[in-house]
Amino acid sequence: MMNRIGKSISEGISRISSTTSRIFRKNRARKYSRTRYIISKLLKYIIVIVVAVIPIIPIWLMYGWMIAQSFSGKVISGIIPVDLTLKNWRFLWSPIVMGYKEYPNIWPIVLNSLYLSVGTAMLVVFVSGLGGYALSRMEFKGRTPLMQFILALHAFPSIVLIVALYVILHMLNLYGKGFWTLTGILVIKAALEIPMATWIIKGFFDTIPWDIEWAALVDGCTRFTAWRKVIFPQVLPGVAAVAIFAFLAGWSEFIMVFTFITREEWYTLPVFIYYLIGEFKFIDWGMLAAVGLFYAIPTIIFFALSQKVLLRVYVGGIKR
Amino acid sequence: MVRVRLDHVTKYFGKVRAVEDVTLDIAHGEFVALLGPSGCGKTTTLLMIAGIYKPTRGRIYFDEEDVTDLPPKDRNVGMVFQSYALYPHMSVYENIAFPLRLKKLPKHEIDKKVREVAKLLKIDQLLDRKPSQLSGGQQQRVALARALVKEPDVLLLDEPLSNLDALLRVYMRAEIKKLQKELRITTVYVTHDQVEALSMADRVVVLNEGRVQQIGTPDEIYHKPANTFVASFIGTPPMNLIPCEFTEDKQYKLVCSGFTYELPEDIGNTIKSGLTTSEVYLGVRPEDIKISQPGEPYHAEATVLVVEPLGRDVIITATVGENTIKIIADPLTAQRIGNEIKIRFLENKVHVFDRKTGKALI
Repeated sequence: MMNRIGKSISEGISRISSTTSRIFRKNRARKYSRTRYIISKLLKYIIVIVVAVIPIIPIWLMYGWMIAQSFSGKVISGIIPVDLTLKNWRFLWSPIVMGYKEYPNIWPIVLNSLYLSVGTAMLVVFVSGLGGYALSRMEFKGRTPLMQFILALHAFPSIVLIVALYVILHMLNLYGKGFWTLTGILVIKAALEIPMATWIIKGFFDTIPWDIEWAALVDGCTRFTAWRKVIFPQVLPGVAAVAIFAFLAGWSEFIMVFTFITREEWYTLPVFIYYLIGEFKFIDWGMLAAVGLFYAIPTIIFFALSQKVLLRVYVGGIKR
Repeated sequence: MVRVRLDHVTKYFGKVRAVEDVTLDIAHGEFVALLGPSGCGKTTTLLMIAGIYKPTRGRIYFDEEDVTDLPPKDRNVGMVFQSYALYPHMSVYENIAFPLRLKKLPKHEIDKKVREVAKLLKIDQLLDRKPSQLSGGQQQRVALARALVKEPDVLLLDEPLSNLDALLRVYMRAEIKKLQKELRITTVYVTHDQVEALSMADRVVVLNEGRVQQIGTPDEIYHKPANTFVASFIGTPPMNLIPCEFTEDKQYKLVCSGFTYELPEDIGNTIKSGLTTSEVYLGVRPEDIKISQPGEPYHAEATVLVVEPLGRDVIITATVGENTIKIIADPLTAQRIGNEIKIRFLENKVHVFDRKTGKALI
């Protein structure tokens, strides 16, 4: 790679030098156009850098700060770390005291978060996988209006529904019930994600030729086994996409947990981080950075793992 | 191996007619080709035999059993799709083993059968690959293996050769025919390629616009077309159909543009008995028209319009009166554009069709 770049650079230089010498000897007008060419090219790069690179710098700086902060005793002028330590990560193994509250460590909170986000993802995949198939493959009365209606559902932000959801949870006797409230939030989260997820997966089902499904039926499948063994495995990229979105939606859910969960042992990470800021008189920035980083890890892992699935597109075996 | 019987089968998609009143009896181990232009209902017919589509009217029988309402999985049919429809997420082995796994056969038996059929189709070295790693010809063999491994009662092939290159197609044509004769499986083969249909099938069913035009052996289809559609669909180039007028004064005659064709008494009588109007087509296959040497008898005079040498033969396009006809001639005749030639129809190969109904009269 480097070799190739080096080679092309040296080629380019030699080409430029040979042309410039020729230009010097012969044609002043052409030299002028040459400089203009270089300037216009330079300008393009400057614009690209300004638009695409510079805005990323603060983001990277923030991540850099977070990483540096989480591993150091203190930082000089907010960015240069000194005093390498793991003290900020103590929440992983030792009790966390926040005012009157005390947690044995962070893991119960992590489990709550995982329960909410993995549960949401699973429920979304299950419902949208079947719903998307039905919308894509089955003819029934009112299919188009139903699809439009489903899309319209997605238009509501969950915050609009929060009072209504409170009433519903209360009526279902799910308010302030710890685990069951969290499950209630899980169902609500899934319900909010399902419309869009169904649409996304329907699009993936649409691309599968009927031949494949018919082949499965002829080979001895019922419609359901054909879905399970032949059709569903082929929409895995779509399922992965939907699962990631649902997972992240659950993982980052704040307002509903904040509003509906009354017992702190059932908090999830976003709410926990909020109280980490809110209840300390002196904010422990080091720990906050470490928890923040910790909070981002599953997201990073999930993306890293599923990227492959997202990019994998089956090409063979279908020629129509 | 079963006998497949279609009894007045009709299929509508909404208001669109796909197949109309098809009655067909396929014997044990017979190889039947459904032949027709695209959109003629041949694939729909096949899918109805497979059980994917349910006929709007009519019944389908396997032997004496009425299978019209049976789902595909209970019919024990094997099918090869035009697109092959291999399962992209499974290896070749898994693809072939899939029907057997659904039957819940013991593992060692599945393995034995998969390897057997893979060997039969010469794909045993490809078993670990994914369909996307195979060439079109290999994919086609895998699809065939998957259809055969379950030892189906009926084998259904939907244009299996149309995605192969010309050379491979000719080779696979013979392979499939050989395989079918060895295994003696009742086979229905859908194609729009008349060469495939005529060369492979025991019997050919010609379909057009959802209706059966003719059922017969390849010989019958070619030499005794039942109507003008079959006559003009089969053969490259197809049969010449020259519009003529049927007359009788002293003798039965066909008065055509540029010439008059005299008919023998008995043939004239046969035509007369089936005729609805006096308007008919005179049908002659290009190879049944001979160019007469000077002094030999002839039926008509023609002017050469185009000469297409094909190596073994030459196709001559010529005008006779107001009509254009095609003649397959010997390259040695060396005709040129603009030549005036005299042509003779082989009398026992001449067809006459009713122009209104399209039906063959002789």
